[in-house]
Amino acid sequence: MTTTTPTLPAGAQATGKTSTAAGRVRKRLNSRTATLASIVIAVLWTIPTFGLLVSSFRPENQIKTTGWWTFFGDPQFTLENYQEVLFGRSSSSGQLASYFINSLAITIPSVLFPLAFASLAAYALAWINFRGRDWVYIAIFALQIVPLQMALVPLLKFFSTGVSLGGVPLMPAWDLVDEQKFAQVWFAHTCFALPFAVFLLHNFISQLPKDLMEAARVDGATHPKIFRTIVLPLITPAIAAFGIFQFLWVWNDLLVALIFAGGGNETAPLTVRLAEMAGSRGNEWQRLTAGAFVSIVVPLVVFLSLQRYFVRGLLAGSVKG
Amino acid sequence: MAVFARPRQALAVAGVLGLALSVTACGTGDDKSSDKADSAECAAYEKYQGNDGKKVTIYSSIRDIEADRLDESWKQFEDCTGIDIDHEGSGEFEAQLGVRVDGGNAPDLAFIPQPGLLKRFVDAGKLKPVSADTKAMAEQNYSADWLKYSTVNGQFYGAPLGSNVKSFVWYSPKTFKEKGWTVPTTWDELIALSDKVAASGTKPWCAGIESGDATGWPATDWIEDVMLRTAGPEVYDQWTTHGIPFNDPKVAEALDKAGTILKNEKYVNGGFGGVKSIATTSFQEAGTPITTGKCALHRQASFYANQWPPGTKVAEDGDVFAFYFPAIDPAKGKPVLGGGEFVAAFADRPEVQAVQTYLASGEYANSRAKIGDWVSANNKLDPANVPNPVDKLSVQILQDQKTVFRFDGSDLMPAAVGAGTFWKGMVEWVNGKDTATVLQGIESSWPK
Repeated sequence: MTTTTPTLPAGAQATGKTSTAAGRVRKRLNSRTATLASIVIAVLWTIPTFGLLVSSFRPENQIKTTGWWTFFGDPQFTLENYQEVLFGRSSSSGQLASYFINSLAITIPSVLFPLAFASLAAYALAWINFRGRDWVYIAIFALQIVPLQMALVPLLKFFSTGVSLGGVPLMPAWDLVDEQKFAQVWFAHTCFALPFAVFLLHNFISQLPKDLMEAARVDGATHPKIFRTIVLPLITPAIAAFGIFQFLWVWNDLLVALIFAGGGNETAPLTVRLAEMAGSRGNEWQRLTAGAFVSIVVPLVVFLSLQRYFVRGLLAGSVKG
Repeated sequence: MAVFARPRQALAVAGVLGLALSVTACGTGDDKSSDKADSAECAAYEKYQGNDGKKVTIYSSIRDIEADRLDESWKQFEDCTGIDIDHEGSGEFEAQLGVRVDGGNAPDLAFIPQPGLLKRFVDAGKLKPVSADTKAMAEQNYSADWLKYSTVNGQFYGAPLGSNVKSFVWYSPKTFKEKGWTVPTTWDELIALSDKVAASGTKPWCAGIESGDATGWPATDWIEDVMLRTAGPEVYDQWTTHGIPFNDPKVAEALDKAGTILKNEKYVNGGFGGVKSIATTSFQEAGTPITTGKCALHRQASFYANQWPPGTKVAEDGDVFAFYFPAIDPAKGKPVLGGGEFVAAFADRPEVQAVQTYLASGEYANSRAKIGDWVSANNKLDPANVPNPVDKLSVQILQDQKTVFRFDGSDLMPAAVGAGTFWKGMVEWVNGKDTATVLQGIESSWPK
């Protein structure tokens, strides 16, 4: 989780450029003090998480009465917390194990849908000439400004009462029950993700060399063909980067899930369960330590395995060349 | 652009997650039948029959183990009537309920713990008045003190369900016995006891008002409890409805009276430090020093029984127990501060009304109470059915003829005050701000 980029190979490239300001900064960032400083920051940054991890292995009354550091003076180890949060007793709500599946069922389609729509839209906006193209792009770009909280109630109304114009029903209510409510969550997450996804992928796709497209066109390739065989392979890093963004966002989302999935154990994701885990009056808060760790396992795996794209994705809008 | 780097890795991760998804087992639909409807144990539910196969959704702030107990409590009702009750509890209940109602996705029933919130839904035209059956049942089983909180403009919108008593002082019977202290029954005895404990070198009171984004609420309960004692129930009602301003001298008097304990360095904060440590001590832990003898008294509601460290025996002869927070002038009756939730309906289908009526009944109250950790002001509730000693004491207090019950004031006030400036004002007050400034600040925040 800690990316210590400055410690990467002090460079031969840097030595030649010490005269410029940027070169001097670069050199200093590669020095031993900078490395040390970044390690200190990384350690400081990790301490709370580490404390949480230690706490999650301590017995309940220890957690509730003493700080996690007392563990080192008086080590008492137990897996009780994990046992309880994963497979514990509460019959009406079940424990984390079943919500884990719900979280995956919400997150994966909510990542794939916007990716599919956005890459198609971005390609069309970048390489197909049609009237008003720029205005459409600007409108999509501007939509990023709208906070999703504003859309919650109208969207919920859209699902529960359908759409009617002047008394004429255009679309009936969805009337979803139980597991079908996943569709609402996918829909909501896809809507909220699209503007940014289109923007990010458009930046990437529009930078592809024009010659490539023209050559393909001359060889008789259609748009679907170009998109599939040329564009998609080229924008994989951007797709991966957005995929991680969206995955982490959806996985950690509480608000959208709470409103569109409800709190029932058929559809509620981990975050919803985690928020209720401490009990009606917060008296079971020792469970939160273990619960938090269970819920960060998947994002951690996703992040660590794809982090190279993540860094590249962060730079997607800024450095081009 | 070095963009060709290993797309396979991305695909692999997606693939693994996809596989995990495909394992998703869809929940099994359970079909309930009411074959048992004619059996003897179902006789009590006869009047709720005729809604077989219908579903009623309930939304509340009750979750986890307490939600399990709810499900268990109406199990027999479900089996006998064939009505499927689908309960959902959420920690974000208050905010979510508004969103759901606005979004056209309201639950059939909601357990609303704040009369102020209930009134807001009535004003917005969202709540349905109860059926005549429910009303008759509620009037039979609950005192008028309770019913008035869910009556808006003469219409009755929901019977009370569970309740809690907030006028309790927790203590350790064991320590009291060892030291020869006795449980005080008047305010003067309470102060005399505090002085005695303070003289022995222990700070007598412990308190804590930290509670996340609701920090301050335990102190508002303190003030309300004292206000009910110094000014009496009529003035209390005026105060909660803004009939008198928030900075009325009578409110200031109550605050100062509470201050003789809460802001007295000799009295607080046992086990934690000085007066200011009250603001930073979490309410869940505030009473813990009682179990270690570092503090003698802790004013907190009956539900604090669940907060003690594991292994603490809560009983009159156990490690901890509670006594009634004594009245200042016993001639004015026995003021009791409490809270509770009301069963309000957003739908008026017959099965919803049947459930609503059932929840107001004595059968339900006894069924729920037997499972444990629950109190109701329902006068059909037999104290013998309440297993937990503190709950039993609560039921006795609630059913006592001398009891003058008043609802938690901060739940009656507009949310901007009751769940906002009142809380914050109390934190400032504990941290040393003077009474007049604090009250003036809260008064000026009251919505016009």
